[in-house]
Amino acid sequence: MKETPIIAAGLHDTRSLAQRIRGQALRMVTRAKASHIGSALSIADIVAVLYGRALRVSPAAPRHPERDRFILSKGHACVAIYAALAETGFIDGSLLETYGADGSMLMAHISHKVPGAEFSTGALGHGLPFGTGKAMAAKLRGESWRTVVLTSDGEWGEGSNWEAALFAAHHGLDNLVCIIDYNKLQSLKSVDETLRLEPLHSKFEAFGWAVREVDGHDHEALTKLLEGSPWEAGKPMMLIAHTIKGKGVSFMENKVEWHYRNPTPELLDAALAEIEGACGNA
Amino acid sequence: MRNAFIEELTTLAEARDNIALIVGDLGYSVIEEFADCFPDRFINAGVAEQNMTGLAAGMASEGYHVFTYSIANFPTFRCAEQIRNDVDHHRLPVTVVAVGGGVAYGALGYSHHAVQDYALMRAMPNMVIAAPGDPLETRACLRWLVDNPGPSYLRLGKAGEPRFHDSIPDVAPGQWVPVREGGGDDILLSTGAALGAAIARAEGRPVWSLPLWSMAAKIQQPGQVARHARVTTLEDHLADGGFGSWLTEAVAGTPAAACIQPIALSSEVCDMVAGQSTLNRIGGLTL
Repeated sequence: MKETPIIAAGLHDTRSLAQRIRGQALRMVTRAKASHIGSALSIADIVAVLYGRALRVSPAAPRHPERDRFILSKGHACVAIYAALAETGFIDGSLLETYGADGSMLMAHISHKVPGAEFSTGALGHGLPFGTGKAMAAKLRGESWRTVVLTSDGEWGEGSNWEAALFAAHHGLDNLVCIIDYNKLQSLKSVDETLRLEPLHSKFEAFGWAVREVDGHDHEALTKLLEGSPWEAGKPMMLIAHTIKGKGVSFMENKVEWHYRNPTPELLDAALAEIEGACGNA
Repeated sequence: MRNAFIEELTTLAEARDNIALIVGDLGYSVIEEFADCFPDRFINAGVAEQNMTGLAAGMASEGYHVFTYSIANFPTFRCAEQIRNDVDHHRLPVTVVAVGGGVAYGALGYSHHAVQDYALMRAMPNMVIAAPGDPLETRACLRWLVDNPGPSYLRLGKAGEPRFHDSIPDVAPGQWVPVREGGGDDILLSTGAALGAAIARAEGRPVWSLPLWSMAAKIQQPGQVARHARVTTLEDHLADGGFGSWLTEAVAGTPAAACIQPIALSSEVCDMVAGQSTLNRIGGLTL
């Protein structure tokens, strides 16, 4: 019988990984003339910490039964995940060049047909209920893997998320981590102007979750919170990650328009220069 | 039907430790048997059908065959996108179970009438619809669904429906099941609880039931329809998007297309409060 590979967290340099994720994401959306680059740059550091350090996953066994399950609920930011999967060996890097092309496996919302991706999303408010089901399954069977769901902030307008938030707390799913990419910008305006979420921290505490806030671009802080065991026994974990939409490219940061626009070749060069320069200075 | 369902499910769950039941805070005096036997595979998700369905898909992705259970439109229309995206698109073994198919909950009103559920479910490419006509078809369908785990919809009536078969029939998607013999090539074909209405209207004509059907099973229909001069379909569902429409689409463009005469509920019933038998009569299903 073939030996099952040992499942362990990665040991990547997460800053360098984040830089490569940003670069690949920018290239993909430019080539495909696709949207949502701001949303992908917003989560690049979180994704780098997850795939580089925190998740126990293995490209040699993408369906390993003991792997951590990661679900991208904000499926429109999929280029960040496709890039991470390519950079950590789950998929061939050349596949990224097909992103959004006719017949490509890499559609412009995350697809479960891509090795390493657990679940297709694109409609918001689906990732957390699904992840809650996975966490429940692990609990019922006494298995030790974790489920990590990454949501946007705007998608907390969906009632299904609040249903899942009630359920996860009621059932004490301390093997479930939900990260909110709290960049405070939605599709048209800010979260505050659209459908206010504040006070978010105390809301989730009142729902019975263990809640932590973090700078979503601080790799050390993210690593510390996302590695290892439950923060509080019997409570699901809610990580409110304060982020900047478009992070890393000065002319995209905090700009609603980069939810939709795709860069011209000139703007791509300028963006790549900023990202590569920033890493060199780090 | 719902008693046959829970008895059969409990029996099946004894042999298969991956069968789980999630209810949307409904099923009083029905689901207790399963809950008592398998407390670690029974969940009351509360009044939260979207989460119930997403949760079911998540558990199904980890090896469970999950049955979600509620009344009429709550486990279907309320969470249609979860069924479409999470269950059907991912081809996960989740069986959505609705009690109160058709106008079984007559006087409870429109909120509790399932008269558009076929239309919703048959628009999902991987979905198998199980609409049994009596308690024995319920058991047969359930066994088939458990042996062939995938996205599925089980539409039940309530309790106390008569038996029309002598024993548990053989069922498979798209395959017509003989119920009453008769003379001639003018036949009745029902799905779901409309089987009783079909038998009552038979007047010596043969009666068939089609308890399992799907988008994929359309391909078998032209051959079966072509064996008869006339096929009158019966369903306790609106004509639009229903079973008769499904069969008509399945044979469109073939010589059999002219043979089909659908009988379904008129949309008049959507505005009425009355018992099931009255609504079925006013809607035109029964005489």
